[in-house]
Amino acid sequence: MAPNDTGIGASVRRREDYRFLTGQGTYTDDINRPNQTYAWIVRSPHAHATIKSVDTKAAKAAPGVIAVYTGEDFKAINGLPCGWLVHSRDGKPMIEPKHPILAHGKVRHVGDPVAVVIAETKAQARDAAEKIAIDYAALPAAGDMKAALAPGAKPVHDEAPGNLCFDWELGDKAATDAAFSKAARVVKLDLVNNRLVPNAMEPRAAIGEYDRATGEHTLYTTSQNPHVIRLLMGAFVLGLPEHKLRVVAPDVGGGFGSKIYHYAEEAIVTWASKQVGRPIKWTAERSESFMSDAHGRDHVTHAELALDKDGKFLGFKSETLANMGGYLSTFAPCIPTYLHGTLLAGNYATPAIWTNVKAVFTNTVPVDAYRGAGRPEATFILERIIDKAARELKMDPAELRRRNYIKPEQFPYQTPVALVYDTGNYHATLDQVLKLSDAAGYEKRKAESKARGKLRGRGIASYIEACGIAPSNVVGSLGARAGLYEAANVRVNPTGNVTVFTGSHAHGQGHETTFAQVVSTMLGIPMDQVEISHGDTNRVPFGMGTYGSRSIAVGGTAIVKALDKIIAKGKKIAAHLMEAAEADIEFKDGKFTVAGTDKSTPFGAVALAAYVPHKYPLETLEPGLDETAFYDPKNFTFPAGSYVCEVEVDPETGVVEVQSFAAADDFGRLINPMIVEGQVHGGLGQGIGQALLETCVYDKDGQLQTGSYMDYTMPRADDLPSFKVAHSVTACTHNPLGVKGCGEAGAIGAPPTVINAVIDALSEYGVTHLDMPATPHRVWQAIQAAQPAKR
Amino acid sequence: MYEFAYHRPSSLADAAKLILEAGDNGKLMAGGQTLIPTMKQRLASPGTVVDLGALKDLAGIKVEGNAVAIGATTTHAAVAASKDVQAKIKALAELAEGIGDRQVRHLGTIGGSIANNDPAADYPAAVLGLGATITTNQRKIAADEFFKGLFETALKPGEIITAVGFPVPEKAAYMKFRNPASRYAIVGVFVAKTAGGVRVAVTGAGQGGVFRVPDMEKALAGNFSAKAIEGVKVAATSLNADIHASAEYRAHLIGVMARRAVTAAG
Amino acid sequence: MPTVNLTVNGKAVSANVEARTLLVNLLREQLGLTGTHVGCDTSQCGACVVHVDGKSVKACTLLAVQANGSKVTTIEGLASGDKLHPMQEAFREHHGLQCGFCTPGMVMSAVCLAQNHPNLTEKDVREGLEGNLCRCTGYHNIVQAVLAGAQAMRR
Repeated sequence: MAPNDTGIGASVRRREDYRFLTGQGTYTDDINRPNQTYAWIVRSPHAHATIKSVDTKAAKAAPGVIAVYTGEDFKAINGLPCGWLVHSRDGKPMIEPKHPILAHGKVRHVGDPVAVVIAETKAQARDAAEKIAIDYAALPAAGDMKAALAPGAKPVHDEAPGNLCFDWELGDKAATDAAFSKAARVVKLDLVNNRLVPNAMEPRAAIGEYDRATGEHTLYTTSQNPHVIRLLMGAFVLGLPEHKLRVVAPDVGGGFGSKIYHYAEEAIVTWASKQVGRPIKWTAERSESFMSDAHGRDHVTHAELALDKDGKFLGFKSETLANMGGYLSTFAPCIPTYLHGTLLAGNYATPAIWTNVKAVFTNTVPVDAYRGAGRPEATFILERIIDKAARELKMDPAELRRRNYIKPEQFPYQTPVALVYDTGNYHATLDQVLKLSDAAGYEKRKAESKARGKLRGRGIASYIEACGIAPSNVVGSLGARAGLYEAANVRVNPTGNVTVFTGSHAHGQGHETTFAQVVSTMLGIPMDQVEISHGDTNRVPFGMGTYGSRSIAVGGTAIVKALDKIIAKGKKIAAHLMEAAEADIEFKDGKFTVAGTDKSTPFGAVALAAYVPHKYPLETLEPGLDETAFYDPKNFTFPAGSYVCEVEVDPETGVVEVQSFAAADDFGRLINPMIVEGQVHGGLGQGIGQALLETCVYDKDGQLQTGSYMDYTMPRADDLPSFKVAHSVTACTHNPLGVKGCGEAGAIGAPPTVINAVIDALSEYGVTHLDMPATPHRVWQAIQAAQPAKR
Repeated sequence: MYEFAYHRPSSLADAAKLILEAGDNGKLMAGGQTLIPTMKQRLASPGTVVDLGALKDLAGIKVEGNAVAIGATTTHAAVAASKDVQAKIKALAELAEGIGDRQVRHLGTIGGSIANNDPAADYPAAVLGLGATITTNQRKIAADEFFKGLFETALKPGEIITAVGFPVPEKAAYMKFRNPASRYAIVGVFVAKTAGGVRVAVTGAGQGGVFRVPDMEKALAGNFSAKAIEGVKVAATSLNADIHASAEYRAHLIGVMARRAVTAAG
Repeated sequence: MPTVNLTVNGKAVSANVEARTLLVNLLREQLGLTGTHVGCDTSQCGACVVHVDGKSVKACTLLAVQANGSKVTTIEGLASGDKLHPMQEAFREHHGLQCGFCTPGMVMSAVCLAQNHPNLTEKDVREGLEGNLCRCTGYHNIVQAVLAGAQAMRR
C-alpha cells in the first residue's frame, strides 16, 4: 500500500516543480545542438495577395547567411495534412485545399510563411530576411466570414469558389420543427463566440537535426503530441519513415490546444537541416505567434429554444458559421462539428435538437481547437439562451435549469445529438454551487453595491463536456483520420522500481506526479520508486498525446491496463516462487500472498526473480517484467458542473469587475485534488478572459489589429478574483479509475456565467445580450444605447 | 534590433557632444523602457545610442522652497517611494506608482518619459497639469512650451533634460483609465489647484498628445468640486480612436476621470 | 565588440557582446542560464525578470552593456544549494506553477515585491504582479504562494 499521503486522492506536491522553480526545466529553446544555426521566417504582410516574384539574391549574400528557401523549394513537397474529414449534409466531402509549407503563388493570411533564412545567428537571419524582395499583387481580402460569404467575394482557394468548406448538420430537423410548432414560447438569440489567441506563455520553437551517419532526423518541438507530429510530418509531408525520425517534445510551456497541430516550421527545420547539414533552431517571437499559432473559437450563431408553458424545453436549433481561416489546421473541421454540435443537448433532456454548421474560409490565421474546443461554443449558446428564456419567463434561472436537467436516474442517457452520457448528477452540482456562492446573501450584496453607485449582477451557468476522446471506431466513422487510443509501457526494473513511458504529454498538467500516484497505489510501492517518462518517440512506444482533457481518462487507463498485465505476470512468478497455484495468489499492498495463508513475497522480490530467473518457470514464462498496453476508450467521459459569478459594473465607465466566482464540478474520481483545482483555476482564468478581456480583431482587409500584448488583452492577476471551487463525484462508469478529466471545464463554463452576470447587472437598462468580450467600451456603448429613460 | 554604436558618457558635456555628433541618427537613452522595446520591434533604428545611465548626478529628488525638483534619470520607483514627493505632491507619487509595472518603474525615468512625449504616457499630464518647469543643459522650459505634439517636444539637438521642477500645489490628483491590454492611459486626467490657478491636463486621449482643458479649469477656479464640471463636455473631434475606445468614449471618460480626480484631490 | 563585466549569481563573468545584445540573450545564450525565459517581444510578459542590483527588471528590456558592472541574480541563483528560497518553496507548496514557463520571472518578481512590502495583502500581490503573465494558473495559487512566501521570508 502506498502511504496515504501519496496515493490516489492525495494532494501530493508536484515532483516536476523543483526543476521549474530553479530554472532547470528544459524547454525547446533551452536546447542547443552542436554547430547549430538559426532560422528566421519571412511572413506575408498581406492578408491575400499573389506572389509575383521573390528575389533572395541580396539575402543569400548577407553576413552569416547559410541558405535561403522559398515556396519554390517546397513546391514538390506535400502540404500540411488535415486530420479530420467532415462531409456536408449533401454527402460531399469538405473542400480540402493544399496547405503549403511555404506559400507558393499566393498568400492567404497575414503571417503566411513565404521564405526562410538560415544563418549563423538569429539576428543575422533576421537582418538578411529584410533583404528578400517579394513582389506581391494584393487581392481583395475577407477579414471575416461575412465578407468571405458575400456574393462576388474573392475565393481564398480556387477550389472553394464561395469560400464554403462544408455545410454540415446534425439532429432530426423534422422532429425539431415539429417541437417548435407546439411551443408556448420560442426564445431567439444571435451571438458571436469571439476569436481567441491561445497564448501559451512559451512561444513555439523547433530544432531540426539530421545525422548523416545514421540517416536519422531528430525534431525537438513544442508539441502536445510528439508521435502525432512524427506520423503527420514523416508520413504525410516529408516522406520520412518513422524509424528514421525521432520527435522530442521536452518541457513544453503550456499548450491549450495550440501545440497539438503540425506546423510548417517543424517541417522547415527538419527538411532544411538535411540540406544545410547542420542543426537549425527556430523560435517564434510573440508577434509571430499571434499570426502563426492556430487561433480558437470564432463562431457566429443564430439559436432558438422552444419551451412549453411550464418552461420545459421542447426543442433547440442553431445555425452556426465557423471560421476556418486561410487553411485547414490539423483538427479544424472536427471542432465546430463533432465537438460542438454533439454537445448541444447540454445538461438538459431536450427531446429534439437540430444544428447546421457552415465552415468558411477567410483570409485569417487558421482556427483550430483551443481549450474546450467546440464545447465552450456549444455551452455559451445554450447557457445564454436559457438565461434569456428565464428572463423572458421571469423565472429563477437556477429553477429553469433544474426543471430541465437530465435526472440522475435517466443515465445512461441518449441525447438527440449522438452522445450517450454514462453518468452525472447535475442537480447536485447546482445545489453545491448555490451554497458555495452564498446565493442567500446576494440581495444584501447587491444593495451594498448600489450604495456605492455600482450595478451588481449574478450569473449562473451549467456545462457538460465530452472528454477522453475517444473510441477510435466511433471517431473513425465520423471522419477522424487517426485512432484516439493511448499507449503506456510499464518497465519494472530488476530492483523493483518502475519506469513508466506514457503517450500522454504534460505541458503543465502534472502527469509526472498524478500518474506516479496511480502507479504507486496500484503496485503498493513508494511514489519515489516510480518515474514517469514522456515526450520522446524513441522512448515511448506510441502515443496520441494530450488534448481534450484526455490524459488521465485515456492515458491513465492505458497505464492501469499495463499495470494489470504486470500484476498478472507477477502472480505467475509469485506462484512459482511460493510453490502455490496461480489462482490462489492475491496481490495487495505491494505483496503477493497465497490466499488464506501468511505466505507472501514482496513486489520487489518478484521483480528480481523476473530478471534473475534462477528459480523461475522458464519453460512457460519469459523472463523480465515489462508490459505495454494500448487503451481505446469505450465512450467519451462527461465532466459537468455549475458555476456562479457575481460582477459589479461601473455605469459611468462600463468597467466590469468580477467580485466572486464559484465553481462546482463533477470530474468523477480525483487523483490529485490540488492539481485538479489548479486546472479549474486556469480554465476559469481563460474563460473569464474570453468573457471580459480577450478578442482577436481583424480589420475588414484582414489586417491583424491585435498582434501583440499591446492590443490583445491577456488576463493579469489584478483582472481576476480568487476562486471558490468544490467537487462532487459520480464516477465514470467505463474506465477503471472512474475518472473524467478536468482540463477544460473552467474555460467552458465560465464565459456564459460571466456574461449572464453582466446582463443581469445591466438588465435595468433593458440590455438583453452583449457579445464577448464585455469590455468597458462595449458595456458603456450598451448603456448609451439603452432607452434614455432607463439610463 | 539593428546593431548600433553604444556610448555611456560619464559627463553631461560628453553626452551632449556625442548626441550632437550623432545627429538625426542618434538617440539618448535613460532607462530604455520605451526605446528598447521600440528598437526590438525595429520601429526605431538609431545608429548611435548615448546612454545617460552613468550620469549619477542626474538622479535625485530635492525639495527647494515651494517646489520639488526631480532629476531627469530618477526612476518612477524612486519618485513613487520618495517621502518628499509623497509629502509635497502626493498625486505625483501616485502617478509614478501607476506607470507601467514594477519592473518598468525600476528602470524607467521621468526625463525619458517626458522627452519621448508618448501620447499615452502619464508624466506629461503631471508636468502640464502642475505647470512644471523643465531644466535642460541649456535652459529652462515651461511645461506649456514644452510639449509640441505626438512624440515632439521643444528640445533642440544636443539638448538634454537634467531635471523637472514641480511647484507644490494646494490640491492635486491624477486619475487614469487604462487600456485593458497595454495598460497605458486611454485617458489620464491630472487636476491641480495651484498658486497660479487651476490646471487640468489630459493624456492618452488627444491626437496631438497631452492637452489642457480650459473650460474645466475655468469652472473649477470658481468652485473646485466635481459638480462644477459636470456639464463641461470635451469635444470628441480631436481625440484618438482605436479598437479599445472610440473618440466619444474617450471624451466621456475625460469627464468622468476629471470629476473623480477633483473628488480625490479633496 | 563591447565587453561587459558582471557578477551573476555571485560569480564574476566577462563577455564580449554586440551593443544590441539584451541582458536576457547574454544570460541564456552566452552564459547558459536558460532559466530566464522570453515570452514576448513587447516587454510585457515578465518571463525574463531577473534582479539587477537587487531590483526586479526585465532582462529583455535592458541591454547587456547597460548592466555592465552590476550584480545580477537569476532564478538559478535564488536557492542555496538544495534548499529552496522561501518563495520557491511557497510556489511548490501552494501549486503556484503548472507549465513552469512564467515561473522564473514570476518568482523573481515576487521576491522583489516581498522585499519591498512588509505586509502584503492579496490586492498588493495582484497589483504587484501586473508585469507578469501566467496562462496556466488563473493566478489564484500564485497569489496564495506569494502571500505565504512573503511571510516565510520575514521569518
